[in-house]
Amino acid sequence: MTAPLTVARMRPRDVMRVGAVGLRTRPLRAFLSALGIAIGIAAMIGVVGISSSSGAELDRQLSALGTNLLTVSSGQTIMGEQAKMPVDAEAMIERIGPVQAVSAMGEIPEAKVYRSEQIPAAQTGGLAAYAARLDLPQVLGATLRSGTWLNAATHTYPAVVLGATAAQRLGITAAGPDAQVVIGGERFTVVGILHPLALAADLDTGALVGWPAAERILDYDGHPTTLYTRVDENRMEAVRSVLAGTANPEASNEIDISRPSDALAAKQATEQAFTGLLLGVGAVALIVGGVGVANTMVISVLERRSEIGLRRSLGATRGQIRTQFLAESLLLSAMGGVGGVCIGAVVTVGYATYEGWPSVIPAEATAGGLAATLVIGAVAGLYPAIRASRLSPTEALAAP
Amino acid sequence: MISLTDVSKTYPGGVTALASVSLEIRHGELVAIVGPSGSGKSTMLNTIGTLDRPTSGTVRIDGHDVSTLSDNQLSALRGTRIGFVFQHFHLAARVAALDNVADGLLYSGLPLAERRRRARAALDRVGLGHRIDHEPHELSGGERQRVAIARAVAGDPPLLLADEPTGALDSVSGAGVMELLHDLHAAGTTIVIITHDREIAGGLPRQVRMRDGRIVADSAALTGATR
Repeated sequence: MTAPLTVARMRPRDVMRVGAVGLRTRPLRAFLSALGIAIGIAAMIGVVGISSSSGAELDRQLSALGTNLLTVSSGQTIMGEQAKMPVDAEAMIERIGPVQAVSAMGEIPEAKVYRSEQIPAAQTGGLAAYAARLDLPQVLGATLRSGTWLNAATHTYPAVVLGATAAQRLGITAAGPDAQVVIGGERFTVVGILHPLALAADLDTGALVGWPAAERILDYDGHPTTLYTRVDENRMEAVRSVLAGTANPEASNEIDISRPSDALAAKQATEQAFTGLLLGVGAVALIVGGVGVANTMVISVLERRSEIGLRRSLGATRGQIRTQFLAESLLLSAMGGVGGVCIGAVVTVGYATYEGWPSVIPAEATAGGLAATLVIGAVAGLYPAIRASRLSPTEALAAP
Repeated sequence: MISLTDVSKTYPGGVTALASVSLEIRHGELVAIVGPSGSGKSTMLNTIGTLDRPTSGTVRIDGHDVSTLSDNQLSALRGTRIGFVFQHFHLAARVAALDNVADGLLYSGLPLAERRRRARAALDRVGLGHRIDHEPHELSGGERQRVAIARAVAGDPPLLLADEPTGALDSVSGAGVMELLHDLHAAGTTIVIITHDREIAGGLPRQVRMRDGRIVADSAALTGATR
């Protein structure tokens, strides 16, 4: 006479609906505990996103500047004095096969740069005068913000191109016949202003004059201090090993060789280490958020005992009660996770745009962050859910 | 429908709520269980409703021996055979009457549209067809109890257990609720009402009086009038 007693499975949609009951009836509390998770996720996404964006910017910079630049500079003699590179070093290096291009610049130590004759001699502003070859911009990939580079005519006359920082310190905003600076006691007309040079930062504080003009007007001795070479990418190491000997066969120990793109990459690596630390801080915030969710769930179970009793009387099994509270906890933290990803993305895009970087939000970080919130939601909800399911129906119904 | 044989319930701490109670309730009966507070009538209702297991004795509901059923089977028994009506309604706040009633079918495995269809029918049955979108705080006490009754009968259970259904209501609303329970009984549902109100109990075909965990009087046993 009796029909078998079987429990109907709840549909996933119904599980979601019943899990959302607590969130709907107490929206402020749900919002606040989801916010805890959101802050943690946003911090992590933001840190990863900003660091990736800055990495993407570096890649873009390097690919624009090229990583095949080697600089050859004169170091010190074994006596500790400033060494002098032979005048023909440039021509010697040009003869190395894989070297595609070479250009030179030479510091003129005696010549200081001033805005006018009225400036006291001590106020050099940290600026230096350099003699520069005409092909320097091509080799360095330098571009002008204003005016033109030196040419075959101007490089014999008192004409100067200022580095970006130098122009700023001298208060010169545009090149032109009216813009004049004093170098080594002589007036030079500013014919151009450079954009900042990522691969040759010391030129940013320099005033560049033509090689013949430097020798004629500023008593430059013609010894280059730095050579810039573009080398076949695949033969960098081979070239690097012979550069010093070629530049100064008599004293190759007085020559320093460096690869400026390495320095940029090293700076990036330092920032990565810092990123790891910030990521840890984000993870702590996330765990604190998880504790908040667990706390909310425990309170929710206590407050809703009569609802639990009612549901049991309506035919809910222990498993279904457990599922309900687990679903609520998962929904809560998933909301926080999605909100956090959105906040993190906005922060990343905002900061990257402000810095002029390309915005990169790594998909793995987003997926990882969301997965982490679900794990946290499950862990935070498990204990309260089990407690809810263990409540005896009569005890639960007797609760006020 | 309901068969209790030598049922005892002792709570931890030595309080005996039911002392060797035996009771038969057949299909289609309308029974009042009356007694002062502490007489064990609520424990009796919980035992009949399978919310609580007895310490000893046998409880059979609709042919099932409760002691042999697992927790999941008991849940299914409650979900399909028994409707509960509580003194304090236990309606979800800020949820429309329709969804409060449809929630009663949540564990039946029916899709939402079908649950709502049956909920609407149940609300029509209790005379609240025009109130389906109202939330509990927009309803009077009597109306709330009607919604709770609609939730209990939405799945057409053969047995309805009501724990002081008029306890929180004024006399006019209470009379309306009792009238509704009589109508449901007339339609074939077995109904057990727990009350301490002798007047209400007096209006029902059969009364079981309880005191100190024992049945002290059963009008059916006295008159033998039940079928």
